Amino acid sequence: MSDVKVHLDRTHLHHLYRQMLRIRRFEARCVELYQAQKIRGFLHLYDGEEAIAVGVMSALEPRDAVVATYREHGQALARGVSMNALMAEMLGKREGTSRGRGGSMHVFDATTRFFGGNAIVGGGLPLAAGIAMADKHLKRSAVTACFFGEGAVGEGVFHETMNLAELWRLPVLFVCENNLYSMGVPFADADVQTEVWRKAACYRMPAESVDGMDPVAMEAAARRAVAGIREGGGPAFLECRTYRFRAHSMFDTQAYRKRDEIEEWKTKHDPIERLRRWMQDNHRTSAEELARIDAEISAELDAAMAFAEGGTLEPVTELERFVTMDHVPQEAPR
Amino acid sequence: MNPPLRITYREACKQAIRDALNADPRCFVMGEDVAKYGGCYAVTKGLLEEFGPERIVDTPLAEAAITGIAIGAAMAGLRPILEIMTCNFSLLALDQIVNNAASIPHMSGGQFAVPLVIRMATGGGRQLAAQHSHSFEGWYAHVPGLKVLVPGTVEDARFMLAAALQDPNPVLIFEHIVLYNAEGELDSSVTAVDIAHAKRRRAGGDITLVTYGNSLPKCLASAEALAQEGIDAEVIDLRVLRPLDEATIAESVRRTHRCVVVDEGWRSGSISAEIAARLADAAFFALDAPIRRVCSREVPMPYPLHLEEAALPQVSEIVREARALVRPAP
Repeated sequence: MSDVKVHLDRTHLHHLYRQMLRIRRFEARCVELYQAQKIRGFLHLYDGEEAIAVGVMSALEPRDAVVATYREHGQALARGVSMNALMAEMLGKREGTSRGRGGSMHVFDATTRFFGGNAIVGGGLPLAAGIAMADKHLKRSAVTACFFGEGAVGEGVFHETMNLAELWRLPVLFVCENNLYSMGVPFADADVQTEVWRKAACYRMPAESVDGMDPVAMEAAARRAVAGIREGGGPAFLECRTYRFRAHSMFDTQAYRKRDEIEEWKTKHDPIERLRRWMQDNHRTSAEELARIDAEISAELDAAMAFAEGGTLEPVTELERFVTMDHVPQEAPR
Repeated sequence: MNPPLRITYREACKQAIRDALNADPRCFVMGEDVAKYGGCYAVTKGLLEEFGPERIVDTPLAEAAITGIAIGAAMAGLRPILEIMTCNFSLLALDQIVNNAASIPHMSGGQFAVPLVIRMATGGGRQLAAQHSHSFEGWYAHVPGLKVLVPGTVEDARFMLAAALQDPNPVLIFEHIVLYNAEGELDSSVTAVDIAHAKRRRAGGDITLVTYGNSLPKCLASAEALAQEGIDAEVIDLRVLRPLDEATIAESVRRTHRCVVVDEGWRSGSISAEIAARLADAAFFALDAPIRRVCSREVPMPYPLHLEEAALPQVSEIVREARALVRPAP
């Protein structure tokens, strides 16, 4: 049985803090690289939502699987995908996770069972159910965590998948990142039921709403849900209330929301600041420890940048490679 | 040597599934009404009793999700055979087939394969009107990453599935609804077929008829009618629409110097157009006449028999087109 308790010891708190900060600073580096035109195309950043990926991943085991969206740098980093390979993918390099073929929106990593990087809203949900079906059938005792935004609940395939996951009691943890806007449309303008967890509850699975700005609350909720799923309880659903600090993508002027609203979320609810303050107030960290983490992340980022910049371009002769496969890559046992 | 076995196309499809389930414990069938009902076209009838509900799995009417689930299951180690009732319904799953199944191997840099087989019924001729009669295999043949099979004989219906399951890529098999009741002979010495090549079904020297699926028996009948007039037609069965076996088609046309492509899809932007274009490229200097096409008329399929017959390729039209190429009017 999984450990449902979140250990709030110094080491674990620093782990949560470090993981969130790694994501925040990776995204900041991506912005610089985008402005320098080294990253092109669509780029969707995770600032503000870090507690969700970090909390959920802390509740998963290596044998578990992850399906994410096009805003998935955070999930990839928190899951343990190499920052070097992730950065190389941003630059379209051969050393990237998908040998540069996927870019920001399509990060895949077989070694951590990270099944993408899906840029069709809702498109990853049935994939997650299918992976869970295989894991159940092959008795791997694994859970598939499926991340998606609240915009996905407008898609028919969301409802089809909810129904099937519960009908077949598939081991899926559905993680809805409700950041209140699907691109520029406020959720209330798009849906009659803005409490997303209630939709999942209609499909008779355990569902709850969680403060998505609190990594400890996120991890606790994820641990409870994962424990129930592993015991054969079928799927579970977390609605994570969160907020995207940056624009939807780099082409977004944010005409649909007020600057005051963004500032309020940033100043009052920033998950990284909140955790740092709590740790300081409760004497669970020190300025030296925080500075060391910061320095280590700087070094990791610099190394990732150097790795990515030093990477090579896939030869054009390889353009059509992997369009059709000549074998099925074997999953490494875990 | 055993005598050839007479078998229906439907029974051949079922035997193929039975073999697959016996051969590989990772393999299972899922789809709408495949279990208790026995399949909309009765292909899986009896398999639930034989293999049980774990391996013959009824699904809700949810084409997008069941297709996505089959893709995920394939990526994570199972070997699903998904049945989609008709290719018209597959349009509800088009996103999953194109954006996920066909894209993920390349998009992931070769980290994940999608070894999935999707069977679906295709084609017209049973008066099922505009939402159960169309031929979309040509559309799917447009998509890199997919393989598209179109069995037109009982032998292919019997053995293509095993080859498809051996393939590490998503393979779509289009079974023609009119062929399910057709009977043919299985040569007892044949135990496997390839899914890479077109096949000459009738040798001839005057003209090549290129076709597939239920247009194959029509082309063979046309060739017999043409023979009565002293025209010796060769019939090439494409068998596989993606990847297209251009070499076999071009070789035939270089010998016969004339070609009619017969395709139950709509003419505009069809697989027949692709074949004509490739032949214009690969066999241009061998051609003695323009490449002609016999396709379905460009209408949503109508219900009444006389209109449906008028909409579909027919022997009389194939014969007329072929004759006009071999013996042009003075």
